[in-house]
Amino acid sequence: MRRKLLVLLAAAGAVIASLAFFRRSGARRERVDLYFADGSMVSLGEGPDAERLLALGRTTLDAAR
Amino acid sequence: MEAAQALADLTEISTQIKAAALFRADGSIDAATLADGTRFVEAARALLSAAEGVRAEPLVQLEAATADGSVFVVRDGERVVAAVTGPEPTVGLVFYDLKSCLRSSADEEAEKPKRAAPKRKPKEEGGNGEA
Repeated sequence: MRRKLLVLLAAAGAVIASLAFFRRSGARRERVDLYFADGSMVSLGEGPDAERLLALGRTTLDAAR
Repeated sequence: MEAAQALADLTEISTQIKAAALFRADGSIDAATLADGTRFVEAARALLSAAEGVRAEPLVQLEAATADGSVFVVRDGERVVAAVTGPEPTVGLVFYDLKSCLRSSADEEAEKPKRAAPKRKPKEEGGNGEA
């Protein structure tokens, strides 16, 4: 009985963990990736630069509609 | 390949790209998939300009990813291509297609003067030689 309960709990835990993983990986956060001539890359997800560039990105998306 | 043809090929090859424009750094538009690409190009130029201010190093490409979709801008000197996609695009593939589009339109521009001169002369000379 105890063993069955442990197996059930483990199975439920695995399902919850996999759901959380796929949900997290599926939801890409808003960000701006900048690629420079020297081969370097900067990913801006937070901060004033990111907010400013994301706002301009949204304006560009709106202009394409 | 003309700029308009390069863009037509781009949108045919990449189903992820919803709209795109080829333009110069000064804002002059070579081709756009939108009926009036002016507002789109101006917005893309503003984004590019702001992004270039982040670092002193020259910027070659960018992706602004939002919940509604992504904006891609690729720059090669004075020539720029900008495109929009839906959310979660295949980033590497979109950049590859945009670079190919930029390259094919640039190649045509570089070849135009070369093609014009040698083709005409041999035709005139060849015509005499063959006859």
